[in-house]
Amino acid sequence: MISRTKALQQLAKARTDEIVVTTMMTSREWPAYSDHQLDFDSSGTGMGHASDIGLGLALAHPERRVIVLNGDGSMLMNLGQLVTIAQQAPPNLILMVFQNGVYEVTGGQPIPGPASLDLAGMARAAGIPRSHAFDNLDAFVAALPGVLREAGPIFVNLHVVSDETVPPPPPRVSAPERARQLMQVLAQKA
Amino acid sequence: MARSHLVVEAMQKCGVSHVVWLPDSESRFMYDALSATPAVKLVPVCREGEAFGIAAGLQLGGQTPVVLIQNTGLFESGDVLRGTFLNMQLPLLLMVGYRGYHEMITKQGPLDSAAVFTEPILNAWGINHYLVDTDDDVDKISKAFQESRDKQCPVAILIGREYDA
Repeated sequence: MISRTKALQQLAKARTDEIVVTTMMTSREWPAYSDHQLDFDSSGTGMGHASDIGLGLALAHPERRVIVLNGDGSMLMNLGQLVTIAQQAPPNLILMVFQNGVYEVTGGQPIPGPASLDLAGMARAAGIPRSHAFDNLDAFVAALPGVLREAGPIFVNLHVVSDETVPPPPPRVSAPERARQLMQVLAQKA
Repeated sequence: MARSHLVVEAMQKCGVSHVVWLPDSESRFMYDALSATPAVKLVPVCREGEAFGIAAGLQLGGQTPVVLIQNTGLFESGDVLRGTFLNMQLPLLLMVGYRGYHEMITKQGPLDSAAVFTEPILNAWGINHYLVDTDDDVDKISKAFQESRDKQCPVAILIGREYDA
């Protein structure tokens, strides 16, 4: 199993100018390792829909990579999205799912079917051939440069544990302000 | 029934870039016309809630999406509509197939609760709406589009009747 903290830290080191969409626990933890204009906290937009927003951003900006940091509970809420992503096949989209088997934000209740859940297998069966699963940090770190470069869409399933103290959440920015900030940055960089 | 090419032309005049949709009985007449319009990209989804998330991402990315779904799918999508376009105060032309509308107003045939709840639910969310049922109504599309831009919020077009091709 991989420490989610260490996985996020390694991703933050490797990341350059990709748009990163977070949700739930990744929204809380990612800002401790990344302070980037293209970070977008999708919390509050509707459970399970970070991947949709990421797909929309990827379609809007095909010249820019988009990374979605999703949770397993969120992914289960919107499995059809895997098929939608497969059909649109944006080469610039990377969907990472941090799988710890629980709804962490509500106190750690188990998600349905955690013992048998194979999200990478589901993504592959939905039509996303570049689907990877990792339960070892070294293997993930070794694969990361390729994941960030190869043509997508790419699905990455990380089997994680939350073994370190999660930093306190960052100061809350209102939803309209978060939207405006991202829109302005993308318009400037276009 | 409004003819499909008039509806698509109205969308094009608004500069619509993407139609994110799940086909339904009231909007299916537009599929061929939309498919034949290269300037407008069709993005089909598996469930209507995805449409709002994808459209939000497109809007944040500077594109001009339309969501095209049935009223039943609108009900299904409530939370993500709330969390994206309403919370983030983003514009959206929302086109909704008004299943059961004519049975409701003519009182012919069984009453479809989907029609009964459509306008009250849009009103509860504060989403203004216009009915498009004939060619004479098509100019409401650009009106709704502009209103969504002026007010930075969703505005709905309710599509009234199934097209008899």
